[in-house]
Amino acid sequence: MAQIIVVTSGKGGVGKTTTAANFASGLAIRGHRTAVVDFDVGLRNLDLVMGCERRVVYDFVNVINGEANLKQALIKDKRIESLYVLPASQTRDKEALTTEGVGNVLEELKQNFEYVVCDSPAGIERGALMALYYADHALVVTNPEVSSVRDSDRILGILASKSRRAEQGAEPVKEHLLITRYAAGRVDSGEMLSVEDILDILGIKLLGVVPESTSILQSSNSGIPVIHDGNSDAGMAYDDVVARFLGENRPQRFITSEKKGLFKRLFGT
Amino acid sequence: MSLLNYFRSSRKNTASIAKERLQIIVAHERSQRSGPDYLPLLQQDLLQVVRKYVNVGQEDVKVHVQHDGNCEVLELNVTLPDSLT
Repeated sequence: MAQIIVVTSGKGGVGKTTTAANFASGLAIRGHRTAVVDFDVGLRNLDLVMGCERRVVYDFVNVINGEANLKQALIKDKRIESLYVLPASQTRDKEALTTEGVGNVLEELKQNFEYVVCDSPAGIERGALMALYYADHALVVTNPEVSSVRDSDRILGILASKSRRAEQGAEPVKEHLLITRYAAGRVDSGEMLSVEDILDILGIKLLGVVPESTSILQSSNSGIPVIHDGNSDAGMAYDDVVARFLGENRPQRFITSEKKGLFKRLFGT
Repeated sequence: MSLLNYFRSSRKNTASIAKERLQIIVAHERSQRSGPDYLPLLQQDLLQVVRKYVNVGQEDVKVHVQHDGNCEVLELNVTLPDSLT
């Protein structure tokens, strides 16, 4: 049975689209047929991050309204055989996403793919609610920063009350915490919330930690998800995340900083 | 400079302040969330009724639902202005 995974956070700018692009790519690299759907109607960006912005012809809303079929709207990834992107509409407003319309499109995707990754917009309005409504799993993307943690908790509340699984009294959506933009050195000096702090507050299972990394910007500059760069720390972190999601046992990395000697701490930089 | 920074940074631990503040606000928001959906609206309506007679602020009317075994207790707490007490 195909699985629907929502990438959500409440707060904007924490790395949802980056995570959706890398997570979907990671699943597809491992041979799983994967579709990644942009729910950010009016502000689509997944296409840009995935490097397929010039090949958008039809979009999610076109498919919902019957103006195009799914095959016409899905964009095949240039690099990975089993990966497809369904872009959001840039011109409509988010009211175009109806529960029934979204449900029909996701149902059709489930017939053709093993994993459907839904990239949620920020906020808790229609687009975000629709992205999480049909989810089986939720990747909650959180930065080690007060507003992001608070908004993540709010999203966890919404997952527990407003998702279809909650409404139908089914088994709850499986929640996975993904901490991004983590700077272990700043945690050590007491100026950033630690992984333990965030786990204490949110109380959900940690899937992985993606370190603050210069390679993220470089990868979005060029439209190539960072997971393709096996030498970058963020790329390795996303690869771990996908492996763990699929049940592999990989120890957490990037949580501790490289230890500085006493001499360096006192006199060096 | 780095010697100075080392001692300064070890004294000002803002991460622990952040954690403490988050624990409080998240606990508060969760307690509101666990109540029935109509609670905020009920609070609004009650506030308007109370305001017909006494001039109280938004924060002075509090509605809570408490679970006590099989019982649910709806608790209404109105803080009256100083001049009336």
